[in-house]
Amino acid sequence: MSVTASSSESPAAAPPGVLAIFLLFLRIGLLSFGGGLTGWVFREVVVLRGWIVEDEFMSGMALGQILPGTNITNLAVYIGQRLRGPAGSAAAFLGLLSGPFVAVLLLASVYGVLKQLPHSAEAMDGIAAAAIGLLLVVAMRGARRVSKKPAGAVALVATFAGVAIFHVPFLLVVLMVGPLSVAAAWFGGVADAG
Amino acid sequence: MRDDVPLALIAVFVPFSLVSIGGGTSILAGIQHQAVDVHHWVTSREFVDLFAISRAAPGPGSMLTTLIGWHVGGLAGALIATLSLFVPSSLLCYGVAAVWRRHRGKRWHSALEQGLTPVGIGLILAGALSILSLSGGGALSYGLAFGSAALLTWRPKVHPLLLFVLGGSIAVAVHMVRA
Repeated sequence: MSVTASSSESPAAAPPGVLAIFLLFLRIGLLSFGGGLTGWVFREVVVLRGWIVEDEFMSGMALGQILPGTNITNLAVYIGQRLRGPAGSAAAFLGLLSGPFVAVLLLASVYGVLKQLPHSAEAMDGIAAAAIGLLLVVAMRGARRVSKKPAGAVALVATFAGVAIFHVPFLLVVLMVGPLSVAAAWFGGVADAG
Repeated sequence: MRDDVPLALIAVFVPFSLVSIGGGTSILAGIQHQAVDVHHWVTSREFVDLFAISRAAPGPGSMLTTLIGWHVGGLAGALIATLSLFVPSSLLCYGVAAVWRRHRGKRWHSALEQGLTPVGIGLILAGALSILSLSGGGALSYGLAFGSAALLTWRPKVHPLLLFVLGGSIAVAVHMVRA
């Protein structure tokens, strides 16, 4: 398996083994606090290991968000499928969830004590904010990429503004912006890009 | 655990798995209603505590489901609840991902991909903003988030755990100076 980052087409000849996939997602699951999981996966899978290329990652990320289910488990299933088929997906899924499963039960067992520690709430807020930074890096890279096409930039801003500023329900925004954005790509000469 | 609990956990969480479009936060209110009002698995107070624990632990926020299962049915309950919430949506995602990959390069696939990617990124940004506004840190949280993003852009190999330690320490230090 390749440990170095690859900037060209993903190394389909030597995808990582099932155990390597399991161990990587186990680590991501255990070390990921506060909601920046997509950022972690991007860093480990694309930036550090080059298992898949950035385009494929962004495509899987969009798919994972639009389908039901937690974004991060969907992304893990997608990446596992891409690398090793059913076994890869199962490895990524089990790796991602088994660590947090144990951790959350352990934390629940000692919760009463932890709540008494001074400044625990502030520390958690700070950790969560730093984790959001990881997520912002992926979002900003993706934003730069899709904004090369005017329609992409419009769809991005419309989605963000609809959900974050105007508080339109998620599903409604996806149903309104999604088809328009896909149509714009279809009529905007997408055939060359395929 | 009572005999009817495993089935009830499955009956509640499997449907939630398949409607949780937009991730775990979209089904939070529904889970609260089922767990507190309908099935009386936890009280309101316990629900809030379990929510806080799931936010403090690593992993997806939906691990709240694990805690509800654990509360009502021990380790077996935790396993059943977790699998009920995560497996159905993952199977669906697997099927879609497999089809998705097989059609790579076709025009409709490229149009869908190009059209949906900006939507996905918009949602990520909106999600990041909503977590920041929910957290108790206020402007400090925004500063820490953008600071850590800037640091990561400048030095991509900085270990995230170092960022977390920095973020937590700065938040506590600022709080102590203010107080």
